[in-house]
Amino acid sequence: MSGAVAAYQYRKLKSNVMMGVTVAATVVTLVPLFLVLGYLLFKGASSLNLNFFIHLPRPVGESGGGMGNAILGTLQIVGIAGLVGVPIGIGAGLYLAEHRRTALANAVRFAADVMMGVPSIVVGIFAYAVVVRPMGGFSALAGAVALAVIMVPLVTRTTEEMILLVPHELREASLALGIPRWRTSLSVIVRTALAGIATGVILAFARVAGETAPLLFTAFANRYWSTSLRQPIATLTVQVYTYAISPFQDWQRQAWAGALVLTGLVLALELGVRWVTGGAAKTAR
Amino acid sequence: MPDKLVTKNLSAFFGKVRGIRAIDLNFPANLVTAIIGPSGCGKSTLVRCLNRMHEVVPGAHAEGQVLLDGEDIYAPGVDAVQVRRRIGMVFQKPTPFPSMSIEENVAAGLKLNGVGLKASERDEIVERSLRQAALWEEVKDRLRKPGNSLSGGQQQRLCVARALAVKPEVLLMDEPCSALDPISTARIEELLLELKADYTIIIVTHNMQQAARTADYTAFMYTGDLIEFGETRQIFTNPARRETEDYITGRFG
Repeated sequence: MSGAVAAYQYRKLKSNVMMGVTVAATVVTLVPLFLVLGYLLFKGASSLNLNFFIHLPRPVGESGGGMGNAILGTLQIVGIAGLVGVPIGIGAGLYLAEHRRTALANAVRFAADVMMGVPSIVVGIFAYAVVVRPMGGFSALAGAVALAVIMVPLVTRTTEEMILLVPHELREASLALGIPRWRTSLSVIVRTALAGIATGVILAFARVAGETAPLLFTAFANRYWSTSLRQPIATLTVQVYTYAISPFQDWQRQAWAGALVLTGLVLALELGVRWVTGGAAKTAR
Repeated sequence: MPDKLVTKNLSAFFGKVRGIRAIDLNFPANLVTAIIGPSGCGKSTLVRCLNRMHEVVPGAHAEGQVLLDGEDIYAPGVDAVQVRRRIGMVFQKPTPFPSMSIEENVAAGLKLNGVGLKASERDEIVERSLRQAALWEEVKDRLRKPGNSLSGGQQQRLCVARALAVKPEVLLMDEPCSALDPISTARIEELLLELKADYTIIIVTHNMQQAARTADYTAFMYTGDLIEFGETRQIFTNPARRETEDYITGRFG
């Protein structure tokens, strides 16, 4: 009897130890996140004001100015990348889910997986070769192409996975109502998976909004406002990179502020994901 | 009673494996016909052949004829989509579309088939179908709520309403009560008896009491063959074949 009690005590002890280990791991995971956010706020918030959002950068030596052009540039490039990448990604994902076992589907799936592992700077080189060289110079378009190439496999694979999560019975129920297959796919299957697909799309946006390497030799940089697709364009990430490694204190402060804005942007997107999926969970219940 | 649906030498295959063998069956109009038999005997495969849902399974195909009002639904040039609008189906598990409200679920078959409806017509069809499925009183105040906010039994009646909204002539039910409690089951069974005035109903069931309670005719299947078909009372009280008697008395299966 006492042996059983001792065994129980020992098991309880083991349980507590393992519980402690997992809690510690969670804390260790969270600490860097809060350190990064806290340090960004501490260093960047003081340089953040309305001017930062609406003004151009000032030349070295003049204080003030902002990154308005870079903020607009990032939104532009990421927006165009999404306009190109999201429809292609969703279309490809739908194909993969609907024709799972064809040779083409297997090839596309494999290629998408490989693409997700390709370092983003390699994608930049690719965009340099196929867009920058033929066009004869750096351009916003080249940057958007590079980001779109990064987005497509992400959107493709999440779309496929979300569609495969939709129960098979729903497809049959729809077909049995005499609803044609294409309509079943779009109005029943994709619509059911929409919250998940939207999550994947927003995560893909968040991912490319933070990319620097593929923009260095595609979109390059621009000290002025630009809306032309054929001209180089400023982006937050490249601007932060340039300013952070500069020897000027003013620029370094601005780099912190830029990094804070960028992080805020990504955070807002992630919260958007929460909101979208939270809303979907409510209707599904 | 004239026969609404007739199968002639109907066989179904999964790849090279034959699921059902040369079935000849007549389903009389405006009556309930039950198909009974042990698991894996081909009951579901048979009903799925009746509205060309069998071929949706990859690698599956059917041979033989299924005559709907004398016309073969497997004849070349016949569109499976059109067949399914005339022969509705309710499945084993309730399958309301989760992204749609109760009324959208009911109207889905019409809307997604591109039938243009005025709002008033739509509301009328939704109400009529829900009434036919004996669900209207329970959901009339929450038509905009998601379809899967309902209980399992209500969801199944919602699926019946959804199938009825496209005005089919035949209603196939593949073990519609197997996921439901006895009270919900009783409601579905009552429903069958009301619906047969307007529809020809074919129900697959594991539950022999259910067949005895609801069906006018009963078919017994075993390992892909049709063993016996006849009036329900005769099948259950005086079966002609030994296998049927063994099954209904619980000696095997």
